[in-house]
Amino acid sequence: MLAALTAMLVGSSLVLVFLVAPEDADQGLSQKIFYFHVPIALTAYACFGLGAYKALLLLWRKDERYDLESYVAIHQGTIFGVLTLATGSIWAKASWGHWWLWSENQLVLFLVLFLFYTAYFMLRFSLEEGPRRANISAVYALFGIVLVPVSFLAIRLAENVIHPTVFTREGPQMTGTMFFTFCVAWVAISSLAYTLYRVELLGKRVDSNLRELREALTS
Amino acid sequence: MRYLADVATLARKDLRLELRARDTLPAMLLFVVSTLVVFRFALPEGADELAAQGLLWVALVFTALLGLARAWAPERESGALEGLVLAPTDRSAIWLGKSAAVFVFLAAVELVALPAFAVFFAPVDLSTVVGVLLANLGICAIGTLLAAMAAVSRTRELILPLLFLPLAIPLVVGGVGASISEEPEQFLAFLGLYDAVFAILCWASFEYVVSE
Repeated sequence: MLAALTAMLVGSSLVLVFLVAPEDADQGLSQKIFYFHVPIALTAYACFGLGAYKALLLLWRKDERYDLESYVAIHQGTIFGVLTLATGSIWAKASWGHWWLWSENQLVLFLVLFLFYTAYFMLRFSLEEGPRRANISAVYALFGIVLVPVSFLAIRLAENVIHPTVFTREGPQMTGTMFFTFCVAWVAISSLAYTLYRVELLGKRVDSNLRELREALTS
Repeated sequence: MRYLADVATLARKDLRLELRARDTLPAMLLFVVSTLVVFRFALPEGADELAAQGLLWVALVFTALLGLARAWAPERESGALEGLVLAPTDRSAIWLGKSAAVFVFLAAVELVALPAFAVFFAPVDLSTVVGVLLANLGICAIGTLLAAMAAVSRTRELILPLLFLPLAIPLVVGGVGASISEEPEQFLAFLGLYDAVFAILCWASFEYVVSE
């Protein structure tokens, strides 16, 4: 049901992006990536936020199921974070001719977050399974959500000293159709993330149930 | 008051251990001086002072990492952490005591590193010194907690830099800004904000890192 709805939303947003929304006067076809890049980035933030929220619930209520939920949310967030880096990089190449620009604050922030959350996985997989791993992962996940605004501020500050010249992106004049397309794309990407989250969670739960069953049978 | 006395006892224990064994601090001192010498050859001829100021912060962060990797080694090697956790004190006192001890180590290292930097590269101004002190607070707060996480993991010292560096980027931004900017106040304020935010977070969450 959820998957079907997501497929429909993604399909209709593709139609809107490529057939209905008018082409940007300045950037032409390359502006279309905006409809994917920005929703993906917002979705990644939402996933990190969800992961931190579940981590807080874990520490608060000591209920083990939040551990898996927090982990899966962060996993999805990292996947969407990598997609943000990729789409942002492509857009930068198409618009300015460079694959990477340090003046793009959002992209730099995603790079920092990518490093941070990759370390989250390394930490998690080098700890013994159990309540301590759940606690430590949760504390680290909470650090992540605090790191977002702090890093953003830091990157803004760094720009003043290290890059005195600021690239200003001319805000594209968004027409009504463009804005509507953007909103549909956003909802589509969000529901795609949520579907993936549910699927992965289900898979992981089945996996751990199976393992318990097998252990019960062999012992 | 009881709490602060516990913190002081724990910090004193670490300092006394170091005074007797002398294994971490000399290593950190030698490391920071060697790093500065390496930077002399890493910088191209005619590189300006600004580049050297940036490298100073790289040296400080990596030296701190070296010390942090050893921060929980005594507890780990003798299995003392379990005993500390069971002691009748707030668990955050363990974190605060360790952070205080690490702060003393770092300050001692910088007492050598900053004059060495001034001799080798460029003079050190007041805003750099204040920036270093503020950054130390953040490094100790967050580094001690992350080192405790790393100490219970399988990969131990290997994972600490991976956990620490993304979180240290804002500290480097603040520190370098304080060193090279014409208006260092905003960078010092940023460092103070970072310290406050992460110290509170570490103080509140340390209990979950050490308890099961």
